[in-house]
Amino acid sequence: MRYAMAIDTKKCVGCSDCVVACQTENLVPHGYARDWIVEVTDGTYPQLELEYRSERCNHCDNAPCVRCCPTGASFISEGGIVKVEHDKCIGCGACITACPYDARFVHPEGYVDKCTFCDHRLEQGQDPACVAVCPTKCLYFGDMDDPNSEVSLVVKKRKFKTLIPEAGTEPQLYFLI
Amino acid sequence: MVKSRRDFIKISALGTTGVAVGGKLLFANNNKQTKVVPKGPFKLPSDFSRTPTYCEVCFWKCAGWIYKNDKGEVQKIIGNDDDPNSNGRFCPRGTGGVGMYYDEDRLKTPLIRVTDKYGNQTFEKASWEEALGLISKRLQKVIDVHGSECIALFTHGSGGKYFGNLVKSLGSHNIAAPSYAQCRGPREVGFIATFGDGLSSPEPTDIRDTRCLVLIGSHIGENMHNGQVQEMSEAIDKGATIITVDPRFSTAASKSKFWLPIKPATDMALLLAWMNVIIEEDLYDRKYVEKYTYGFGQLKAHVKSMTPEWAYGITTIKPDVIRATAREMAHASPAVIVHPGRHVTWYGDDTQRLRAVAMLNALLGSWGRRGGFYIPDKAKVPGVPHPPYAKPTRTWRDAMKGKYELADLALANGVCDATIPDASLGCSIKAWIVNGTNLVTTLPETEKTIAAIKSLEFIAVIDTMPMEITGYADVVLPECTYIERYDSLRVTQHREPTITLRMPAVEPKYDSKPAWWMAKQLANKMGKGDYFPFDSIEEELDWQLKEVGSSLEEMQRIGVKNLKRPYDDLYFKDDEDIEFNTNTGKIELYSTSLEEYGFDPMPKYTAHPEPPEGYYRLIYGRAPMHTFSRTANNPNLTDLMHENVVWVNPKVAKEWGFVNNQEIYLQNQDGAIATFPIKIRVTERIRWDSVYMVHGFGHANRKLSRAYGKGASDSELITKVMMDPIMGGTGMRGNFVTFLTSKPVKEEAKS
Repeated sequence: MRYAMAIDTKKCVGCSDCVVACQTENLVPHGYARDWIVEVTDGTYPQLELEYRSERCNHCDNAPCVRCCPTGASFISEGGIVKVEHDKCIGCGACITACPYDARFVHPEGYVDKCTFCDHRLEQGQDPACVAVCPTKCLYFGDMDDPNSEVSLVVKKRKFKTLIPEAGTEPQLYFLI
Repeated sequence: MVKSRRDFIKISALGTTGVAVGGKLLFANNNKQTKVVPKGPFKLPSDFSRTPTYCEVCFWKCAGWIYKNDKGEVQKIIGNDDDPNSNGRFCPRGTGGVGMYYDEDRLKTPLIRVTDKYGNQTFEKASWEEALGLISKRLQKVIDVHGSECIALFTHGSGGKYFGNLVKSLGSHNIAAPSYAQCRGPREVGFIATFGDGLSSPEPTDIRDTRCLVLIGSHIGENMHNGQVQEMSEAIDKGATIITVDPRFSTAASKSKFWLPIKPATDMALLLAWMNVIIEEDLYDRKYVEKYTYGFGQLKAHVKSMTPEWAYGITTIKPDVIRATAREMAHASPAVIVHPGRHVTWYGDDTQRLRAVAMLNALLGSWGRRGGFYIPDKAKVPGVPHPPYAKPTRTWRDAMKGKYELADLALANGVCDATIPDASLGCSIKAWIVNGTNLVTTLPETEKTIAAIKSLEFIAVIDTMPMEITGYADVVLPECTYIERYDSLRVTQHREPTITLRMPAVEPKYDSKPAWWMAKQLANKMGKGDYFPFDSIEEELDWQLKEVGSSLEEMQRIGVKNLKRPYDDLYFKDDEDIEFNTNTGKIELYSTSLEEYGFDPMPKYTAHPEPPEGYYRLIYGRAPMHTFSRTANNPNLTDLMHENVVWVNPKVAKEWGFVNNQEIYLQNQDGAIATFPIKIRVTERIRWDSVYMVHGFGHANRKLSRAYGKGASDSELITKVMMDPIMGGTGMRGNFVTFLTSKPVKEEAKS
């Protein structure tokens, strides 16, 4: 089992629904977010290109946040999900510095918080909240170890990129381009 | 077969009987006697862990479920899978709708304006009995002194039905929603003039099966018209061609095979040139045009000289691009949609521009065809039985002096005009009820709106939030949010007819109440209780639902009920004989009804004013996470976007020496200055002759703690209105702004 997500930038309209759905699902306090939208414009009027990306933790195979955690609070859970055990976390922020994707933040209650791929929903056979809500259906989620899963198939079929591959983190978000 | 099963209204009949199709907006007279129905007990919100609703954050009204946590508190809202408007997926505003309920700045109690002994006016908290008593007394006084026709209602959203019933029971038909003359009105009239039928909402665009989608100033993806955003994404997956015409590189433009960065205000020339190419190159749907349309010969002659070369000089779009895009549309025909858009009140010739859009669709044979425009269906749910309404002897139309007769719904600005005293007219409107619309920012020409308000004898405002309009009220009533109330059933058109229930998830917070209750109480106090024959809304809904084979109990469980389409008529059948609801019974390329009323039977290009040196055309639009100004204080949605910025092309920024996030003030051609500064966003995504900002920001009421002073209000900069002579739409894209780099010195108030 290896959970991964593919994000179709050709369909994403950058509406932020994934952000607010995550906030209400996971009770993320106002002012914080576990996922976010990046807008990139290239070119000069009128020769332009625009890309929207719905970003979140990359749930890296080689996760620097886990390696640097002094208390072992950051760990890799079932299916490769990178998680933080709140009780063990001392909020030192080493993982926040180590993450090249800026995917973590200190929750007002003192621990570091981040995307969990909504593993509490996965247990019930549901998709993560961001995937379930997306009006453009631009988010694909599933098991990369299963060659017939939707996410495996779409990553096989389409051209994609990952973010900051040179960091060697082996990220598990695939941006379809 | 003659298509007569739908309720068509001939355009030539419009305007002759006042609000001829008021029934479209509000339910029609119904003289049926009240049946005896068993009373409850009905289940309470606390009996459910999830309750059905339909969203009130925008007009798309998506159906969903409100989920509560273990403590019975509202946590989240998720789409209802059976709902054709949302397909189980809410947009960001709908998902963030919980913020409307939790917003601590909400109106909490009824308020009454009082004047102390020093002449200072303040609001004082009042009981419902006091507030409703005062409203009924003051309305009665207006009726006794001036007549019931001197009462008007402005409304946006679900409460309008109940206040509409109240106002009509009192004998007035002055009921207006700014969603018509400030938004989609011209396209309704343009399409009625062509096809004999308007578009209504949601628009019956068959985007999921289209092969070519043409967007002209319509920014799907930034406007989160949910079903359309979803279907556009599906069309992208299926490889449909998207053609976007916009001076701004919109989100939709970035998804398009063709982006036409048109010079603003010249769209009509492009539309005419497209028709020229499609006719001259024989690309039109010949069989469809011959069978269904009237006036093809006249149209051919009309657009003969309107070549792509002619349009190039006007639009700056190259002739080969105009030809290539016309051919692309024709190759996809009839699975092509030239989208009518929604907010189309731009330059005052909007009805004619939307006529051109409708005519282009007719040439391409897309109306009534798969991948073009489907034929929507709507459930028929009987209205509540009540005595007939008294026929008013006067309406706001009298103040129009014969103008705008083709408006098929009331003009909010017309009602506003009819409020300003005019000696030649006799009585003007003396009392307003305003529900769910922030008129001071919704209507252009704010000063005129305020002048109208000042001439009123009484104004009551019903809202969930302390919007600016509440500051002008004599009485303010706090409405509970959609999360805390029942409302009328959602009965909207779609591919399949559906009915949808909204019920409260929790009891109303604070001392807020639902609109139906307020309207019923007022009716009782004013002797019109017969118009609200049921004791509770649960009984009313249960009665209505039983009439269509459901019940309140069933709807509480399922939320959305899909009723079967009675006929297999989603699209026209091959060679089907159809009588369109126009004078000729055909799709009118040459409009006999417009001619009858003295307007051009075929659209013409008119040059519109251009920005003077140092000024830029003000273009405003939508952000996906906000609905106009009503969401500007929502804690969940301000978290996503808390202010608007003004988009400026890098060339312009260089000329002015601007950098990103620099705060400036905007001033328009008439010297109007927006109250609050706005940050510059330097971006290639906007033309050098225009600036762009999202509508709905720059709130001036400090009681909106998150929205106050955040960004600037485009409404304050829209002082020039280009009126549509056909239906009275308020064209708002003819305003030009320049930048002030330091805070403007305010003149002393003269009064």
